[in-house]
Amino acid sequence: MNSKQNWQEFLIPRLIKACGYSAIVFVVLIFFFLLREGLPTLVEVPLKSLFDPRWYPIEEHFGILPLISGSLLVTVGAMLVAVPFGIGTAVFISEIAPRWVREILKPLVELLGGLPSVMLGFLGILVLAPFLRVFLDLPTGLTALAGSLLLGGIAVPTVVSIAEDALDAVPRGYREAAWALGATKWQTIWRVTLPAARSGVLTAVMLGIGRSIGETMTVMMVTGNAPVLAVKLTSIFSPVRTMTATIAAEMGEVASGSVHYRVLFFIGIVLFLISLVVNISASAMIFRAKKRAERVLS
Amino acid sequence: MKAFFINRHLVQRLGFSLITLIATLTVLPILGVIVYIINKGAPAISWEFISGFPHDGMRAGGILPAIVGTLYLTLGTAIFSVPLGIGAAIYLSEYAADNTLTRLIRLAIINLAGIPSVVYGLFGLGLFVIFLNFGTSILAASLTLSIMTLPVIISTAEEALRAVPQAFRTVSISMGGTRWQTIRRIVLPEALPGIITGVILGLERAAGETAPILFTGAAFFLPRLPHTPFDATMALPYHLFVISTQVPEMPIQIQYGTALVLLTFVVVMNLTATFIRSRARAKRQW
Amino acid sequence: MVNLALAWAEAYQTIRPDVRISVTGGGSGTGIAALLNGTVDIANASRKIKPEEIEQAQANGIEPVEFVVARDAIAVIVHPDNPVSQLTLQQISDIYSGKINNWSEVGGEDRPIVRLSRETNSGTHVYFLETVLRLGQKDNKTLFSMDTLLLPSSEGIINEIRQNPNAIGYDGLGYVPHDLKIIAVAETEAGPYVLPMISTVNDKTYPIARDLYVYSVGQPQGVIQDYLEWIHASEAQEIVAELGFVPILVHNP
Repeated sequence: MNSKQNWQEFLIPRLIKACGYSAIVFVVLIFFFLLREGLPTLVEVPLKSLFDPRWYPIEEHFGILPLISGSLLVTVGAMLVAVPFGIGTAVFISEIAPRWVREILKPLVELLGGLPSVMLGFLGILVLAPFLRVFLDLPTGLTALAGSLLLGGIAVPTVVSIAEDALDAVPRGYREAAWALGATKWQTIWRVTLPAARSGVLTAVMLGIGRSIGETMTVMMVTGNAPVLAVKLTSIFSPVRTMTATIAAEMGEVASGSVHYRVLFFIGIVLFLISLVVNISASAMIFRAKKRAERVLS
Repeated sequence: MKAFFINRHLVQRLGFSLITLIATLTVLPILGVIVYIINKGAPAISWEFISGFPHDGMRAGGILPAIVGTLYLTLGTAIFSVPLGIGAAIYLSEYAADNTLTRLIRLAIINLAGIPSVVYGLFGLGLFVIFLNFGTSILAASLTLSIMTLPVIISTAEEALRAVPQAFRTVSISMGGTRWQTIRRIVLPEALPGIITGVILGLERAAGETAPILFTGAAFFLPRLPHTPFDATMALPYHLFVISTQVPEMPIQIQYGTALVLLTFVVVMNLTATFIRSRARAKRQW
Repeated sequence: MVNLALAWAEAYQTIRPDVRISVTGGGSGTGIAALLNGTVDIANASRKIKPEEIEQAQANGIEPVEFVVARDAIAVIVHPDNPVSQLTLQQISDIYSGKINNWSEVGGEDRPIVRLSRETNSGTHVYFLETVLRLGQKDNKTLFSMDTLLLPSSEGIINEIRQNPNAIGYDGLGYVPHDLKIIAVAETEAGPYVLPMISTVNDKTYPIARDLYVYSVGQPQGVIQDYLEWIHASEAQEIVAELGFVPILVHNP
C-alpha cells in the first residue's frame, strides 16, 4: 500500500468510530442542556406550586399538572385509535393481503408517516374541528378528541411498520405447525402468530405512545390550548393543553433566563424523561424477546 | 356439534372482513387527505405563486421564499446528517463488537428517535442560537434538524449495510483487501440504494418539521432571500402554520395552495425513495 | 400588531429599497423578549413593557425606549347570528372569569359560552386581563376561567367565532373582519353602549382602548431613527387607519 492509502486506513476507521459514538454524545448533550436551563426551576419555584392545578405563567402560576394531564389524555385517546387500526392493518399486510395489495399498501402507510404534522393540524382546524362540533353537538370542536384522532393517525404508521416487522419475524414453522394441526388461518393468527410476536407488537405500541406524547404542531392547532385539569372521562370532549404545545406557544415570549423560561425547559426535561422511559422499556422488551427466541430456536 | 353455530370458517370469513375493513379505513383517510388538498389547493397554483414573493401582508403573491427556505434547510440538514449518519451506520454494521458499549449506542439512537420535536427546538435554541451565538439562522436550524434526522438515517443505512451478504465481504478480504477497502468498494456500493432511500425519507421528515425551526431559524417575513447561513429564513411548514393561524383575512386559497406545495414536496420525496427501493430490490443479485 | 408591522415594512421598503426589514410575529411578549435578548432592533408591542422586563433589559445592557405609534380599540366579537348586541364591562368580566356560563344569562339563547382568548404572550391578552377582567383595578386578582381556549393568534379566534355560535372572543379592531358581530360595550349598566371606532377611541367613550408601542434599543439612530420618524408621519398613519387601527393625532410637530 502506498502512503496515501496508509493514511486513509489510519484515519477513516477512526472517523467512523467517532461517528458511531456521536449518537451517545448527542443524547448526553441534549440532556445536559435541558438540565442546565431547566433544573434551576426547582430552586426558583417551590415544588408544591409546580403541582398547582393552574397554569398561568404571566401571573406566576406554574402548575404543570393540567399540562401533563392534557398530554396524557390526548395520548390515551390517540392510542385507542392507533392500536386497533395499527395492529389490524399490520395483520392485514402481513397475513391476509395478497402480494399486490401489500406492495401498494405499505408505501401508502409510509406516506402517511411522512405527512407533515402542521398540514394535518391545518386540516384539523378547517375540517375536523367544525365537523366534530356539529356532529357531536359540542360547544367547540377544538378538543382533546380532535387531537387524539389526528395523533392516532400520525401514530398508525409507526405501529404498523414495527408490528408488521414483528409479525414477519415469526418463523414460518409456527404457522405451518398450526395449519398442520387443523387450525384455520384466522385461528392461527390470533392464537399462534400474534402471541409469538407479542413483544414486537408491544414495542410498536410503546413507540406509538412515544410519538403521540411528543407531537407538537398538530395538538397546538386543534386542541384549544386551554390549561384544564383533565381528569373526567368526558374531558376528551373539552379543550386541553399539552406540554408540547405549551413549550412551542410560549417559548418565543420568554426572556432568556427568566423563571418562565426555566419552567418551559423543565417541562422539556419531563418530556425527555418520559420518552427515555418509554424507549428504554421498549428496547428492553425487544432484547429479552431476542434472548428468548435464541434459546427456543437453538 | 358446537361447530355448527360457531363454524370456524365463518368466524374466519368475518374476521378477515373485519381486518380488511380496518385496513381500508386506515388507508382511505390518507388518500382522502391528498385528494382534498389537491382539490382545494390546485386553483391557487400558478407560476406567480411558486416564483413570486408575498405581498400585502402575505395575502397575495407567491411563496417563493418559503420554498427556497425549505430547500436550503433540507440541504443544510443533508450536509450534516448524511456523512455523520452513514458513518455511524458503517460503524454499527461493520466495526462494532457485540458489547455493552454498542448496546448503549443503539439505545442512544432509539432515544434520539423518540425525543419530541419541540424538545429538539429547545435544545437547538439553547446550544446553537444562544450558547454558540449562531443566532436565529439557517445554520442553527439545520444543525438542529440534522440531529433529529440522524436516527432515521442511521437505522435505515445500517439495515441496508447488514443486508449485503457476508460472502461479499469474505471474498474481498480473502483477496487481500482491508476492512475499509472492502466497505468502500464493495459493501457500500451494494448498500447504496437502501442508504439513499433512508436518506430521502429522513430528509422528507426534516423538510416537513415546524417545531425544531420555530425558535432556531424561522422568520415570518423576509424582504429578500437569505444570503448566508447566518440569515434567518422562511420555510414552508412554518409558513403554513403562520398563515393558517396568525394572519387575519388570509384568503383560504393561499392556505390550501401552500399546503399543496408542501404536500407535493413530501410526496415527491416519498415516491422517489419508494421507486429507488423497489428498483434496487428488483436488480439485486442476492 | 403583526399585520401593521408587515404593512409598514412593505411600504417603507418601496421608498427606501436600501433598507432591509424582516418581521417575525409571536405576540408582544415575544417581541419584547427578543428585544431583551438582543436579537432584534425594534419590537412592536400592544401593551406597555413591564417593570420586570425593563430590569431584565438593563441587566443585559439594553435600555428600551418607548414610542407610541398608534392607538387601538379592543373589540368584543361574537357570531353574527348571536342575538346579544351589548354588554357591560362587568358582564364581560364575569363571562371570562367563569361566573357567567350561558348566553341566556345575558339575554341570549340557551347556549353554553365558549370563551376564546389570545395566548398569554399577547399584549392584547394582558391588556384585556387588566382592563376588562380586573376592571382596571390594580389589586383585583381575577383570572381567566381555566377552560378559556388560548388560541395561538387572532386568526384562530376569528376562524372559531365565524363557525361557532357559542363563542365569544376579543381582539384588536384592526383584526376583526366585517362578517363578525361586534358588541357595544358600556362601562356601567347606566352608561351608553358604544361601538369601537376611530371617533369613540379618540374621544375616550369606548372603554377598551389602548396605545400601541414600538420599543427600540436605546435612542434610535440612523436607519432605525428614519423608520420611526416615518412611522409618525402621515403616510404611515394612513396605513394605520386603513388597517382598522386608530392613527395618533397627526398634527404633532
